[in-house]
Amino acid sequence: MAFAAFATAEAQPQVQKRKSRIALFLLLPGILYLVLFFLTPLISLVLTSLQTPAEFGDIGQYDYAFNWQNYVTVVQQYLPHILRSFGYALAATVLALLFSYPLAYFIGVKARRWPLLQSLMLVLVIAPFFISFLLRTLAWKQLLSDESFIITSLKALSLMAPDAHFTGTPAAVIFGLTYNFIPFMTLPLYTTLERLDTRYLEAGSDLYANAFTVFRKITIPLSMPGIVAGTLLTFIPAAGDYVNASRDFLGGPDTQMMGNVIEANFLVLLNYPAAAALSIILMAAILVLVSIYVKRSGTEDLL
Amino acid sequence: MTARPLPQDPMIRSLIAHARQAQLNRRTLLAGAGAGVSALALAACSTGGGGQTKPTPADDKSSSDKTLNWANWAAYIDEDEDGNYPTLVAFTEETGIDVTYDVAVDDNNTYYGKVKDQLALGQDIGADTVCLTDWMVDRWIRFGYTQELNHDNIPNLANLTPALQDPDFDPGRKFSVPWQGGFAGIAWNKDAIPGGLASVEDLWNSELKGRVGVLSEMRDTIGLIMLQNGVDISGEWGDAEFEEANELLREQVESGQVRNIKGQSYLEDLKNEDTLAAIVWSGDITVINAEAGDHWEFAIPTAGGTLWNDNFLVPVGSPRKTNAETLINYYYEPEVAAEVAAWVNYITPVVGAKEAAVAIDPELAENQLIFPNEETLSQAHIFRSLTPAEEQKYQAAFQTILLGS
Repeated sequence: MAFAAFATAEAQPQVQKRKSRIALFLLLPGILYLVLFFLTPLISLVLTSLQTPAEFGDIGQYDYAFNWQNYVTVVQQYLPHILRSFGYALAATVLALLFSYPLAYFIGVKARRWPLLQSLMLVLVIAPFFISFLLRTLAWKQLLSDESFIITSLKALSLMAPDAHFTGTPAAVIFGLTYNFIPFMTLPLYTTLERLDTRYLEAGSDLYANAFTVFRKITIPLSMPGIVAGTLLTFIPAAGDYVNASRDFLGGPDTQMMGNVIEANFLVLLNYPAAAALSIILMAAILVLVSIYVKRSGTEDLL
Repeated sequence: MTARPLPQDPMIRSLIAHARQAQLNRRTLLAGAGAGVSALALAACSTGGGGQTKPTPADDKSSSDKTLNWANWAAYIDEDEDGNYPTLVAFTEETGIDVTYDVAVDDNNTYYGKVKDQLALGQDIGADTVCLTDWMVDRWIRFGYTQELNHDNIPNLANLTPALQDPDFDPGRKFSVPWQGGFAGIAWNKDAIPGGLASVEDLWNSELKGRVGVLSEMRDTIGLIMLQNGVDISGEWGDAEFEEANELLREQVESGQVRNIKGQSYLEDLKNEDTLAAIVWSGDITVINAEAGDHWEFAIPTAGGTLWNDNFLVPVGSPRKTNAETLINYYYEPEVAAEVAAWVNYITPVVGAKEAAVAIDPELAENQLIFPNEETLSQAHIFRSLTPAEEQKYQAAFQTILLGS
């Protein structure tokens, strides 16, 4: 690999050099953008997470320090919330995959013969984006309130205990996360399934594989890029989401996720170091989980 | 890439492609290192450190700049059907000061989170006056984020009700002037609970299990519970009294008696009947009764309710302090105050507004939630100011209930 690189560079050093300057020049806006809006806040976040309360200071006043104990404190204090965040995000990702796969398969494979139906269904998948995510979540809160048609019907059918609630429960939060992230799962799945060569499926059945084996051995491996992309696009934002679990939306006091804890520490408790440390833990944890996942699903090349 | 045609062999092709990618990676890495250094420099420039030094007030340019930006809460000023603010229109006609009324505050904490860094640097936050609640005003004054008001420009301040002239966070009202006030008390759905409620204790009735809401504002929720426990919240009390109330609330939340703990959005829960009874703010109940049918009733609990005020402040970076003072003076004319009170349904701090309100609507002047008499006021208590250490300790304890575990 290194040899090949050398070969091209040596063959045309002049061109390569000029090209690298142009490339650098073209990259400059991107680099500047990243420095200003990604690196600077990130470094400022790390510095904040290590601050210590100012001596004789008022609330919300901190000095720069190397107080790494902040990380220990927040993990000890908020471990249930950290675990809950990833648990809810995992549940929502699995549910979204279960809902989205058949949907994407239908749009991308079965509906190929009817392009109009295909585009219509795609529009329907994207349609929720035309309305604010907050408004849609609030609408669900109304639709699932105690005296709503849905809940009273479930109670009348004895599918729910008469004194049970839905809003404010973990089920409601996972429902909200799943609902809000389904398009992010469906679209990448659709793009890979749309390119699925159905001749492979035919070949599989010609070789006496049953439908399930064909699905397991051909369709799933071929749609792996879509599954990986979709699960990442769902899991990462879901783990950091603080709207669905918020007490103002579908959550209650016992469904608070990491995002809500960060919000409370930042806005109410003015404990900026704790909020910053939690944010960094969230980022690091997601990074680690995602790398393991990508490594294990053997799809580094596909990303 | 027009370098030269790639070899046919797919293996070599992919190797070259990989190598090119690796080159690009090395290049970006180098650039990244440079970028990292500059970012570090930038991050070091930003504030976020101690900030114990107080900012200096901006120069007043009011004489040449006849504009004013006023940040306030939603539905907190008289509004006509076209979305205009009649009293503000009249103010502009009278003084020539053009006011931009900005509904920028929806929560004391989020507003503070938004503007605190600019305040610490003494910069203009885009508001020349803003109305915030007592305890938040206390913090702004302590941090030096406000400008001292020139009372010569506010002669109508003589109309300020005596009870509010010397709060412990701002004796003599040097930095803040009340805008409107209100009670926190209890409200219930009249259809579901025809018998009504009398005290905070009634909220813990097992028949209401899972249908009770409380406010995420610590001073109101804990204040009402402490009053129920027989504590004088304006007077001397300490950790033990706070803990007792906080633990009582924790029990009710963990047992599922309390459905949810919310800010302004508790009104949605009352409307969709997720909650049938709740700790609420007085003015809101009048508003939702007008909006969604007459279903709710408000009461100050027998053990007492809390009384709070939102106050005008002039942020430290505002160059239009005199204009702000002119505005405050205008709203302390009893006729103007009565006009606002008739619309917002909160308590006006202006003496004489009640008499002026009789002219608008005699029934309005009798409404105890807008023009409370001595007897009503004696039931309402102001939560005492907390020291920074107490604030931190109590908020942290209260938040452990809100965040669960």
